[in-house]
Amino acid sequence: MKIILSNASPDPIYEQIARQIKNQIISGDLEEGAPLPSIRMLALELQISVITTKRAYEELEKEGFIDTVGGKGSFVAVQNVELLREKKMKIVEDKLNEAVREARLLGISYTELRQMLELLFQE
Amino acid sequence: MFQAIEILGLRKKYKRFTLQDVSFVLPAGHSMGLIGPNGAGKTTIIKLIMNLIRRDAGEIHIFGRDVIQDELAVKRRIGFVYDVPPFFQDVKLRDIAKAMAPFYPTWNQSIFESLMSEFELPREKTVKKLSQGMQTKFALLLALSHDADLILMDEPTSGLDPVFRRDLMQRLNGYLRDSSKAILYSTHITTDLERSADYITFLREGRLVFSTTRDELLDSYAIVKGGHELLKESYRPLFAGCHESSVGVTALTADRKQAERVLQDQAVVERASLEDIMVFLNHGE
Repeated sequence: MKIILSNASPDPIYEQIARQIKNQIISGDLEEGAPLPSIRMLALELQISVITTKRAYEELEKEGFIDTVGGKGSFVAVQNVELLREKKMKIVEDKLNEAVREARLLGISYTELRQMLELLFQE
Repeated sequence: MFQAIEILGLRKKYKRFTLQDVSFVLPAGHSMGLIGPNGAGKTTIIKLIMNLIRRDAGEIHIFGRDVIQDELAVKRRIGFVYDVPPFFQDVKLRDIAKAMAPFYPTWNQSIFESLMSEFELPREKTVKKLSQGMQTKFALLLALSHDADLILMDEPTSGLDPVFRRDLMQRLNGYLRDSSKAILYSTHITTDLERSADYITFLREGRLVFSTTRDELLDSYAIVKGGHELLKESYRPLFAGCHESSVGVTALTADRKQAERVLQDQAVVERASLEDIMVFLNHGE
């Protein structure tokens, strides 16, 4: 597991942690059933408050990415294949959305944008 | 499960200073930084917890026990690290341990021995031969050796260099891996707290300004920078404090989202440091 926190980022630290773990689960770097460090251990490693790591894990649990078993710790949840695919699509969709917004703002047309995408995809 | 510290309506009156009805809670398994300018009442609170001075009103419970009624039981569970450790200057470290051990039923000599090696402290040296950093480390070591459940420190990191401070903070955080323990320390070095305190309690002139989790504080407060139009009357409620210069205005808001919504691209909004929060709130009103 790899987590890099940025103090310059406007995103709260717990969000940064949750997002990075989520991405590693979706990409498969963290496999199903893999144990995660305890909230205390992770807080110690990252030199942050245990309240922050707890909140990050709670977010991940809520979204179904991890399971917490009392007394045993937290594990990467068994992922539903369909759901996982949906989540992957959602990530790309968000990025595309961002690009579309930016394109509109800068006066780039749909045709131009599509050409750009085609080129990029073929690279 | 009891709270590590529960303070309710605490009051202490001096001639020129009154600690006014302070209340806060520190749950076990967490650390809390007590901050505020000089004379805010930080040391008074610590002294009241240690029952070194008499409170005029209010209650203090440590792991559910009253600090006056159950003084002995409470003190056995507290490891008090003084800003200037009150050790005899000419006594060797190992002899200080020998003198302290009988007072604590939970004294663990083997923890003491192993921490002495880990902290790289010289058994055979006298206290006066130690640097200030080493004295602080030794005081902490004694607290850990009697297996204290609550570590109480008054300005533990002042006068220590950054390398030493970080080392000390790391050790303290390691101690919290046991979730039945807790730490309270007063400090004005806010960067130490930003790194790892779970709760921040801010006092000013004997009054509690806030006691909350560090996350909530750093995620809700923000620094807003912009031109003089920020001084407009309708923006006033957004700011908890502000500073005006000839080229613009810097202000502190307690509600980052609201400020971003209202000001949009009229201002730059960025993360506030604890120091920013402390300084602005101090001059704010």
